[in-house]
Amino acid sequence: MVQRSRGNRAVSKPKRILAIASGGGHFVQLLRLRPAWEGHEVTYATVHAASAVDVAPAPLLTFRDVSRADWWRLPLTLVDAIGILARVRPQVIVTTGALPPLVVLTLGKLLGIRTLWVDSIANSEVLSGSGRHAGKVATKVVTQWPQLAEPGVEHWGSVL
Amino acid sequence: MPFDRLVEAMDQWAAAHPDVPVEIQIGRGKYEPRHARFVRMMPVVDYRQRVADARLFVAHAGMGSIISAIEAGKPLLMLPRLQAQGEHNTDHQLATAASIGSRPGLHVASDVADLQARATALLADAGAPPAPISRFADPGFTDRIRAFIEAP
Repeated sequence: MVQRSRGNRAVSKPKRILAIASGGGHFVQLLRLRPAWEGHEVTYATVHAASAVDVAPAPLLTFRDVSRADWWRLPLTLVDAIGILARVRPQVIVTTGALPPLVVLTLGKLLGIRTLWVDSIANSEVLSGSGRHAGKVATKVVTQWPQLAEPGVEHWGSVL
Repeated sequence: MPFDRLVEAMDQWAAAHPDVPVEIQIGRGKYEPRHARFVRMMPVVDYRQRVADARLFVAHAGMGSIISAIEAGKPLLMLPRLQAQGEHNTDHQLATAASIGSRPGLHVASDVADLQARATALLADAGAPPAPISRFADPGFTDRIRAFIEAP
């Protein structure tokens, strides 16, 4: 099967993609990357169900948020992460952060899924804490700031 | 996370400027505005409409606010959240403000008094709005992500 997208671009064998991000700026950055998976079978996941209007007709799943400030909510996020992976069965996961997607990427590593961590453009002086950990579980980690590139962390560009 | 310092500052500002309609989204903050209208959390569609309709957009130095302001071509006045005040887990909003806040149409306040003064000044003269940008990231970036996705 061949699908056409972006004018003359042919996408052979669409893959199941999970595009996942926390709320606010993380999700806004993810939306700006949409051309990257156009033509593939994408499912989105974030914290606010109302974000579905931004991605329709693609499906949007939600998860319960967690951060370092309320780490005790981690089990809830873990349950949601397992549910999302079971429903989507993604071949590739792309995220712009933060902590809940790190949980998903950690499970993804156990399942042998190809995963990409795009560190938030908000982190211009040091890689985010989650991005630092993502280096251990993601297939690839990229930073949006050239000065933060280092062995294992490439700079491919930025959302702005 | 709550950002009561910003909410209280703009509520005070609203009290001093009763002729200017001010609406604040306060999230889980403790301080409830007495002079400005407020909501806890509005759906993203309403949020975008408010930004588009506003004369001035005041927010934390978060990327969601910054990108929304740039996409709407609306001047943005920011107060970075500080870790020491319990407003975020790190001080990365200071880094964001320093690295991105100098773009045209974006303004960074150093403290509450500066925020209030700048709000007044920007309403009198908003200066240049943020330069329009494409709806999506640079194709050079998204093409590399596509290559990652499509690699066997």
